[in-house]
Amino acid sequence: MSLGPYASFIVTSYALATAVVLILIVWIAIDYRRQKRRLRELEASGVVRRSGRSAADIQ
Amino acid sequence: MTLIDLANPTRFLTLTARLLPWLAAATAVLLLIGFYQSAMAPDDYQQGATVKIMFIHVPNAWLSMFVWGVMSFAALGTLVWRHPLADVAAKAAAPIGAAFTFLALVTGSLWGRPMWGTYWEWDARLTSVLILFLMYLGLMALWRAVEDPSRAARAAAVLTLVGAINLPIIKFSVDWWNTLHQPASVLRMGGSTLDRAFLVPLLVMALAFSLLFVTLHLAAMRNEILRRRVRALQLMQVAQVTQSSQRSA
Repeated sequence: MSLGPYASFIVTSYALATAVVLILIVWIAIDYRRQKRRLRELEASGVVRRSGRSAADIQ
Repeated sequence: MTLIDLANPTRFLTLTARLLPWLAAATAVLLLIGFYQSAMAPDDYQQGATVKIMFIHVPNAWLSMFVWGVMSFAALGTLVWRHPLADVAAKAAAPIGAAFTFLALVTGSLWGRPMWGTYWEWDARLTSVLILFLMYLGLMALWRAVEDPSRAARAAAVLTLVGAINLPIIKFSVDWWNTLHQPASVLRMGGSTLDRAFLVPLLVMALAFSLLFVTLHLAAMRNEILRRRVRALQLMQVAQVTQSSQRSA
């Protein structure tokens, strides 16, 4: 597979798209862990929802 | 499970937990197939190998508008039906839509330099997409700036619906004005003008990125629901502390 004289433009495009998608995935995964940790901490401190169910348990 | 059942955030979270692994796997497989087909696609007789940039640029450009469309529908859900998940859906979609729009702009620039001889031209299509990107950033700033979620939701919903006016302008800009950007060649009356060798990888990549959006959106909505639960519990904690200090006083 030859990318010709404009290979740098093509490779940069694909590398950038991959990087942006990976950043989105990692950001969402980190945010999920952070929210779950905060919920567990709050529940551990004795604050519970009116329903009495655990807010961190989403299964 | 009916659509109305999804109005319950707990049921939505349960469904999301079941769906996400399958969606993530399907997205990964489709992206791999799409990247492979893009790499194996022949050179275009005019564009040469730079046609490969189109397999990323076009799906991201489509999604940049589609995501705003999803947010506009969610805005109606907030303002008209007061659906509890409508604002969650809109707020979760905005950063993903902004990322797709950013990629559409940058990959378009990277294609434009070798093909047009310039990274940027203030023509109607490019300018209207840049406005869309700035509107995404503005909406995200609005959600962060207004502390009360219900007030932020209403303001963001109105702004989203006003911003939706830009969608037909983007779509038809190449027909209404004399632009450097070429007219539609896939989604057009009379069918696609693309050769099958380019159309197939393009559609596979479009499907893969669409599935990626669905997966990331559901995951981001799940995070937003948890964030609102954190906020609710923090408010309850403050109320409990205030009550106990009043009793002891």
